[in-house]
Amino acid sequence: MAANKGMQQALVRVKRYLPEEQQKTQSEPFWQEFTVPFDESTSVLDALNFIKEELDPSLSFRWSCRMAICGSCGFMLNGIPKLGCKEFLRNYSVRTSPAQKNTATNTSITASLTVEPLAHFTVERDLIVNMDEFLIHLEAVKPYLIAETSTQKQLQPSLQTPAQLAKYKQFANCINCGLCYSACPQFCLNPEFLGPAAIALAQRYNLDSRDTGKAVRMPMLNSHNGVWSCTFVGFCSDVCPKQVDPAAAVNQGKVESAKSMLIQMFKGSTAHEL
Amino acid sequence: MQQHEFDIIVVGGGGAGLRAAIAAAEAGAKAGSNKAKPLNIAMLSKVYPMRSHTVAAEGGAAAVTRPDDTVEAHFDDTVAGGDWLAEQGVVDYFVRHAYQELVQMEHWGCPWSRKPNGDVQVRRFGGMKTERTWFAADKTGFHMLHTLFQTSLKYPSIQRFDEYFVLDLLVSVQQQVQGVLALEISTGELHMLYANAVIMATGGAGRVFRFNTNGGIVTGDGMAIAYRHGVPLRDMEFVQYHPTGLPGSGILITEACRGEGGLLVNKDGYRYLQDYGLGPETPLGKPENKYMELGPRDKLSQAFWHEQKAGRTGKHHGSDVVYLDLRHLGKAYLYERLPFICELAKAYVDVDPVHELIPIRPAVHYTMGGIETDAHCETTLKGLFAAGECASVGLHGANRLGSNSLTELLVFGRLAGEQAAARALQKGVKVTGLEQESQKLHKKWQTKLHKLTDTSQEARSWVPIKRELVATMETGCGIYRDEQGLQQALDSVRRLQAEFQHVRVGDNSKAYNTDLLHCLELEFSLDVAEAICLAALERRESRGAHQRLDADCTERNDAEFLRHSQVFYVPGKAAKLKWQAVDTHISAPGERLYGSAGSAHAGAAAEVQREPTEFEQKQRGKKEGSSDGGE
Repeated sequence: MAANKGMQQALVRVKRYLPEEQQKTQSEPFWQEFTVPFDESTSVLDALNFIKEELDPSLSFRWSCRMAICGSCGFMLNGIPKLGCKEFLRNYSVRTSPAQKNTATNTSITASLTVEPLAHFTVERDLIVNMDEFLIHLEAVKPYLIAETSTQKQLQPSLQTPAQLAKYKQFANCINCGLCYSACPQFCLNPEFLGPAAIALAQRYNLDSRDTGKAVRMPMLNSHNGVWSCTFVGFCSDVCPKQVDPAAAVNQGKVESAKSMLIQMFKGSTAHEL
Repeated sequence: MQQHEFDIIVVGGGGAGLRAAIAAAEAGAKAGSNKAKPLNIAMLSKVYPMRSHTVAAEGGAAAVTRPDDTVEAHFDDTVAGGDWLAEQGVVDYFVRHAYQELVQMEHWGCPWSRKPNGDVQVRRFGGMKTERTWFAADKTGFHMLHTLFQTSLKYPSIQRFDEYFVLDLLVSVQQQVQGVLALEISTGELHMLYANAVIMATGGAGRVFRFNTNGGIVTGDGMAIAYRHGVPLRDMEFVQYHPTGLPGSGILITEACRGEGGLLVNKDGYRYLQDYGLGPETPLGKPENKYMELGPRDKLSQAFWHEQKAGRTGKHHGSDVVYLDLRHLGKAYLYERLPFICELAKAYVDVDPVHELIPIRPAVHYTMGGIETDAHCETTLKGLFAAGECASVGLHGANRLGSNSLTELLVFGRLAGEQAAARALQKGVKVTGLEQESQKLHKKWQTKLHKLTDTSQEARSWVPIKRELVATMETGCGIYRDEQGLQQALDSVRRLQAEFQHVRVGDNSKAYNTDLLHCLELEFSLDVAEAICLAALERRESRGAHQRLDADCTERNDAEFLRHSQVFYVPGKAAKLKWQAVDTHISAPGERLYGSAGSAHAGAAAEVQREPTEFEQKQRGKKEGSSDGGE
């Protein structure tokens, strides 16, 4: 992206953390300010790439698809978890009076934002967080189809009506960006909490008409770190860039969990009476 | 340096890599039931698997499904679509195994779109005679990738190395692959992983071009790694321009838009494709296979080029564009079939496809060529396999049909996994002197990385080289090419390769040194770019996605060029090119026709009599020998 005339200027403040230097000096993460040219089409990701290529090659962050489907570029933008590729500098405009003009460069700043690594994860470097902390929860819910195999079925697809598909489709749209974990106050307090995306994924398979694995997934959801840890703040669904609505999955999970616990209780007492 | 021993190593965690790893795990488990231990599989990827670019595929995956369709028809479409440069034995294997692979995905939970009765739904796609493209709304690659990734978690024998960047192959003195050397991105440490079988599944190289639909990670790493070890890159001149990318970003707008009935119009609202051998115009809401908007990608991108030259394209923020019209499909249908397209158009060009035209233009999308393999996915280097976009198994020829590549990564990912497992289980793979080779390789890369990050030298950024590379490729290796432009591009790439030797990255830290990472990716890209330019220069004919403007090169020339190009790496010198025979044992090369001409040729429809268009007259003129190619 070249700085063409007609471009506006944005002030981008980025939270930096360089583990090797800062462990040596025992210093805290610090803010660094950059002035970035932008127009109507400049995304936050474009701005970060401009900084890396033009201003400071040491700034590290993850990105790839730049079309909001690979889930790499989640950041805290002005304190809110967002995808860098789907947010635009034009939406971070600031009103400046002539007096507030940046006298040093004689250009006026028309947009401003802060960029930080996703909250509630361990920061590895700059805007890169430890995603294994997220994946470990996904893997815990056995997120794959569990079904009885019959040789006849192996040759042809199973039937699934559009209505059956619609039951879980929304939860299958999760791109694993992790924004919902950064929005979740419970995950902040208890990193063992399965969290919104993992519960949504468990529900995605539990609700699939082809799946018979609910019984093996429920103990995870019933556990202390399962659905009952959620206090239903609902911010996870607000920040989801794909309208997966993980809060709805958690809520459905609670209903399922209550049912499965009641059944357990009932079975238990029946067994006792016998 | 940490060392790890495995039976099989998979490089790349996209669709092909995951499918290969699962196949290898299953083959290993089968073998393990008779023997003591299953096969141990390492899967290395420079990104977390679900970030791989398979995720961005939208339209669907092809397989013969309807009762009125045949594998012979899928074969014919693919071979003709590839302008007879496909390996026909490979295409035959592909069309026969496509359906079972898609069914396998269904059994693993892929949320395929359905008909009211619960059957899998299929949609139309360009260059395909019949509806045979399975889809999951317009996020097929995303759903396939996540289904494969999640399914792979079932297999404890697959050990993932996420965010490990493979730098090189370990090859024994007997010229057998014995492992890989990888950089652990989070720590900057080098790791040596040993195995008798290595599968490359590293994806394409679209980022070698400036304007493309690809993610930033698509830099041709695996192609360059195999190439540097003497494995030829085959058919690299065939680079697919997808006709519908968003202006500015290049973000992909799926061909499924046209499969569902979308129209392409120029700035005058005219459906210009009828002027380029794809007509006559099909009525609104009645798309016909292999007509108009459902022609193949190469022809559609070429038609754009002519419209642009003729001044019939519109403007969108400085880009020349034509328009995709989906309005007649209606909101409900668009939201059901193309929800992601609606989201992308709104977010990136502020257009609501329900009410407005989407501005689009061609963008580099796919590398038809790649690491040459035989029909069993094995390369000329013993123990090295390749599958997916990084490979040239010979499926696509000179132009890939949309929805063949998602199926390809399943069919050939599975095959590569099985073949690698067979090799890993083979007894008596004898290797000597490996420790020495391993130390040599480690030392070589240690020295190289040290040199690149040496802060006692002045920093010299890789960024200007990358920018010049992508601009050079766009100018010299675009939709239409000529001798002079290609020679200039090749010279420029070679100069940039030389300049790269002086690069010093500004960042010398170990943890997540993305400056170094992108720099190494660029070096791989430069090698791939050289192969593309050289093959394009030497192919003095026009075929599929490779179109030449120079006199004597504007037509397909089977007498001289019904052959694959193979580019060989020569250490420290210019690459070399050879030609390889093409397997045409099933279908003799014929004329490649679409629209009414195609139907007439197939004898399937009555010939439509009409006046030839300006473009067709020109084409005929050329055939009669009058050269106006310079345009």
